Amino acid sequence: MNNRLIHWFKFASPQSFYPLAGKMIPWFWGLAAIFFVAGLYIGFFVAPTDFQQGEGYRIIFVHVPAAWMSMFIYLVMAFWAGLGLALNTRLSSMMAQALAPTGAIMAFLSLWTGAWWGKPMWGAWWVWDARLTSALILFFLYIGFIALQAAIDDARRADKAGAILALVGVVNVPIIYFSVQWWNTLHQGASVSLTRAPTMATTMLWGMLIMALAFWMYSIAVALMRVRAIILEREAHTEWVKELPEVKN
Amino acid sequence: MKPRHKRIALIVGGLAAVGAASALVLNALDSNIAFFVTPTEVAEGKAPKDQLFRIGGYVQEGSIRRDNLTVHFVITDTARHVPVMYNGILPDLFQEGKGAVAQGRISPDGVFQATQVLAKHDENYMPPEAAHAIEQAQKAQKTLQQ
Repeated sequence: MNNRLIHWFKFASPQSFYPLAGKMIPWFWGLAAIFFVAGLYIGFFVAPTDFQQGEGYRIIFVHVPAAWMSMFIYLVMAFWAGLGLALNTRLSSMMAQALAPTGAIMAFLSLWTGAWWGKPMWGAWWVWDARLTSALILFFLYIGFIALQAAIDDARRADKAGAILALVGVVNVPIIYFSVQWWNTLHQGASVSLTRAPTMATTMLWGMLIMALAFWMYSIAVALMRVRAIILEREAHTEWVKELPEVKN
Repeated sequence: MKPRHKRIALIVGGLAAVGAASALVLNALDSNIAFFVTPTEVAEGKAPKDQLFRIGGYVQEGSIRRDNLTVHFVITDTARHVPVMYNGILPDLFQEGKGAVAQGRISPDGVFQATQVLAKHDENYMPPEAAHAIEQAQKAQKTLQQ
């Protein structure tokens, strides 16, 4: 039993995680490609048009997975940042730093596609309702985290400052998620939730879930690539990095 | 207590404090975060007077009346309703029996003068055939009840 525990902690060191991440990246890229092709095919060619919105509803195949991802990545990022702050493990903070740009892109994508959908459907690009405003704050939190880390030269101090910001910002995630239940918002309620049957035709739902999987795989792949780059940068002074074939040549 | 445990306790305590503080703030702001008020709230006098506000609910069936560019319709939450007058272009999803949000103010004669009308979409997504089938089923239900 103890052996297994040690086995897991081994990968908390950048030196052993670096090659492991390298081996995993192609798999996640492959899965992402498969899910993207399948999801987009279902989304554009198989799923029927909507009874009210016509073709415009197809935004959900990008908008919803991006919005889910932006919230979930924030939780994961805050988890790693908090772990780095509590246990002083270097790799945890690097993971948090690696996730932030992908989270920011997802948050931006959800806001952008939402605006495109909002103009024809609601009649406005943007409204200051609780869902939209809290999603915008999420985007600013990502940008703030990235800026704060970049502004402090000492990597360890940057990690600590960023972690505190990330942890405080976690409060925003449940606010985004439950905003449509707690207050009157222009944004519609959730069509898919863990507690109720989805209020969506089955093919539409499948397209959306497969696209969500594709976004997951993509996010993991780019985060691993980014964390490898961060490891090389931060551990450049160590012997094992200097001995790496890709660094030597 | 090891320094590490102290640090974890501090972080957990800090997070709990931030969480509690935001819960209190959100609770205090509750009514201000609402994007619109309902016709019932207007009837109870909760809507701001002589000030722009938004009213939301369903567009009452059979209430849309057009005269030139001006549109008249009634917003209802099934309990109360408010007549609305609007001069402008309506969004695609604006339909009788569907959700809508209007921004404007109430004139002395009780008509809501809207400067902007937004359609509120619901969370139901289905192909037109399915929507048609549901409509037919509801109609059949009604005939049976009569």
